[in-house]
Amino acid sequence: MSKKILAFAELKDGKFKNSAFEVVSTASRLSKDLACEMVVLTIGEATQTEADTLSVYGATKLISVSLNELNSKSQVPGIKYSPSAFAKVISAVSAKESADTIIFSATSLGKELAGRVAVMTDSAVFNDCTELNVADGKITAVRPVYAGKSIIGVSAETDKIVITIRPNVFKPEITDTGTVELQILNTNDLAISPSDFSSVVVEVVVSSEKLDVAEADRIVSGGRGLKGPEHFHLVEDLANAIGAATGASRAVVDAGWRPHSEQVGQTGKTVSPTLYIACGISGAIQHLAGMSSSKCIVAINKDKDAPIFQVANYGIVGDVFEILPALTDEMKKIVSQ
Amino acid sequence: MKIIVCVSLVPDSTTKVKIADNGKSIDENGVSFILNPYDEFAVEEALQLKEKNGGEVIAVSFGGDKAKDAIKKAFQMGADKGVLIRTSDSEFDSFTTAKNLSEYIKSESPDLVLLGKQSIDFDSMLLPSMISEMTGLASTSVVVKLDINGNAATAEREIEGGKEILQFNLPALVGVQKGINDPRYPNLKSIMAAKSKPIEEINATYNGNRVSVVEMNMPPTKASGKLFTNGKEDVSELVKLLREEAKVI
Ligand SMILES: Cc1cc2nc3c(=O)[nH]c(=O)nc-3n(C[C@H](O)[C@H](O)[C@H](O)COP(=O)(O)OP(=O)(O)OC[C@H]3O[C@@H](n4cnc5c(N)ncnc54)[C@H](O)[C@@H]3O)c2cc1C
Ligand SMILES: Nc1ncnc2c1ncn2[C@@H]1O[C@H](COP(=O)(O)O)[C@@H](O)[C@H]1O
Repeated sequence: MSKKILAFAELKDGKFKNSAFEVVSTASRLSKDLACEMVVLTIGEATQTEADTLSVYGATKLISVSLNELNSKSQVPGIKYSPSAFAKVISAVSAKESADTIIFSATSLGKELAGRVAVMTDSAVFNDCTELNVADGKITAVRPVYAGKSIIGVSAETDKIVITIRPNVFKPEITDTGTVELQILNTNDLAISPSDFSSVVVEVVVSSEKLDVAEADRIVSGGRGLKGPEHFHLVEDLANAIGAATGASRAVVDAGWRPHSEQVGQTGKTVSPTLYIACGISGAIQHLAGMSSSKCIVAINKDKDAPIFQVANYGIVGDVFEILPALTDEMKKIVSQ
Repeated sequence: MKIIVCVSLVPDSTTKVKIADNGKSIDENGVSFILNPYDEFAVEEALQLKEKNGGEVIAVSFGGDKAKDAIKKAFQMGADKGVLIRTSDSEFDSFTTAKNLSEYIKSESPDLVLLGKQSIDFDSMLLPSMISEMTGLASTSVVVKLDINGNAATAEREIEGGKEILQFNLPALVGVQKGINDPRYPNLKSIMAAKSKPIEEINATYNGNRVSVVEMNMPPTKASGKLFTNGKEDVSELVKLLREEAKVI
C-alpha cells in the first residue's frame, strides 16, 4: 500500500505555532524513513510567506482551508473553532489525499481532534507520543502512562494511524526544501454542511498575554517554599530574565497564590521544556508526573533530601530567598552578553 | 433530564508502578483502585444538574468485575442507576471502550453524557471526542464551566493560555476538568443507600482493538545530577554549567 502522511499545522493569529514546526519536521522524517509522500494541512488564513516558513522543516506542499470560508457554511457567525467541523475537514482532506497517517501536536486542539478524526477515518490512535519509530514499513510509538511512572510501546492493528506528538519533545530538524507550494482548498470540495458545526467556539478568552507553561521552552516554577503569593515576583524575575513561562505546584494553586493555568503535574499541565527550574517545590510524584520529561531540570530546595533532587540534573541546596535573586542577576549578565 | 456518566476505575495516583510478568501491563498486586478523579467531577456535575432540573443519573462503566467499584462510588455520591458493560477481555483500547459505551448511549438516548476529561491510568484523553463522533452528539472537553438553559448549552473549555467559550444544543456530551465543581463526600446515609442499589449488567458487543501494547517499561532513569551545597556561592558555577555543559542558556 502506498503511504502518505498528512501533517496538521496549527496557526495562531496567522502564524504557525512552534508545535506546527515540530509536527512538520516529524512528518518529514517519517516520510523519509517510510519512503513516502508528506503534505501539510492547516485551517486558517495562511499566506505564501507563512507557507514558506515550513520549507526549512521539509515541507513541499501546504493545503490551506480558509476559516472564514469554512465559517460561511455555518449558521453561527464569527466562529473561532469547531471541533466537529475541523475534524470533518481534516478527514475529508485525508481521504482526498489518500493519506494513511495523520499527525497532530498533542495540544488542546490536537488532542481533541485526534479521537474524532480517528473515528471518521477508521484509524488507530497513538496519542501523546514521546518517540516514533519505523520498522518494516510500520510506525510504532512510545508514550508515557500512569503519569509518567512507566512507558509503553504500541503498535497498530490497522493500516491507518492518527498520531499526536507531545509538544517540545520532537525538536524540529532543519532540511531546507526551498519553497512550499500553497494550495487553497475550497470547502465546497469537502462536502461541509451546517450540521457539521454541532459545537462551536464563539469566543476565545486570553487569560493573560504571558507565555503558557504548556507551550514554553523554559519554565520557572514555584512551590510552597516561596512562603506566600507576595514572594512570587522572585520566580517571575528569573523567568523574565531568561524568557521563561512561570509554573506552579498544586499546593500553591490550591492555596490561591497562583492561577490554575500555571499548575504543572498530574492534575495540571504536562510540560517538557528544555529547561525547568523548580523553586521551593518538594517533588511529589504528582508534580514529577508533569515535568520529569523536561530536558534539563534545575532544583532549588533547602532540604537536601527533597525528592525533586532525584530527577534534577543540577540542584542547589539552599534558601530560595537567597538563591533566586543571585541566580536572576547571574542570568541577566549572561543573557546580555 | 436523563444524564449518563461514564466512570472508570484507576490505580490510586500514589501507586508505585511495578511491571507484571507479561511485560505489558502493571502488576496489580497490592494496588489500590479509586474512581478516576476527573469522573468524580463528572458525577458531581450530573447530580447538581439533576437537583436543579430533575431527572436521573446513570453511571456506566465498561470493564470486568472490578469496574463495579467505580459504579459503587458513583452510587455513594448519589447516582440513581448503575450499568456495567461487561467484557471478559483484559486488554481493550480506547476504541473498543468508546464503541461499547457509544452503543449503550445510543440505546438510551440521554439528554446529556458526562465524562472525565481523562482517565489517570493511560491518560488518553480520547473517549470524549471518540464517543462524540460515534454517537453524533455535540461535544467538547476539558470543561471548567457548564451552563445549561433548556436545550442550549454554553461551556468554558481550558486551552493553552486561556479559555474557549462554546455553544451547542442538547443532547450533548461533555468531558469535565478539575475546577468545574467540588465533588461531595458521600455521607453515611448515601453510603447505606448505595448498598441496596443493583448494578445492571449487559454484555459488551464489540471487540476490535486498534492499538496493541507491545511492551511496558520503566522510564529511563536519569544519570544522577550535580548537587551544589554551598548555596548562593554556587550560583555562578551553576549558570556556567547550564551554558557550557547543558547548553540550555
Ligand atoms: C490526586 C492528586 C493529584 C495531584 N496533582 C498535583 C499536580 O498536578 N501538581 C502538583 O504540583 N501537585 C499535585 N498534587 C499534590 C502533591 O502531592 C504535593 O502535595 C504538591 O506537589 C506539593 O507542592 P509543593 O512542592 O509546593 O509543597 P511542599 O510539598 O510543601 O514542598 C515545599 C518545599 O519547599 C521547600 N522549602 C521550604 N522553604 C524553602 C526555602 N526558603 N527555600 C527553599 N526551599 C524551601 C521544602 O523543603 C519543601 O521541599 C496532587 C496530589 C494528589 C493526591
Ligand atoms: N472503561 C471505562 N468505562 C466507562 N467510562 C470510561 C472508561 N474509561 C474511560 N472512561 C471515561 O472516559 C473519560 C476519559 O478517559 P480516557 O479517554 O481513557 O482518558 C474518563 O474520565 C471516563 O469518564
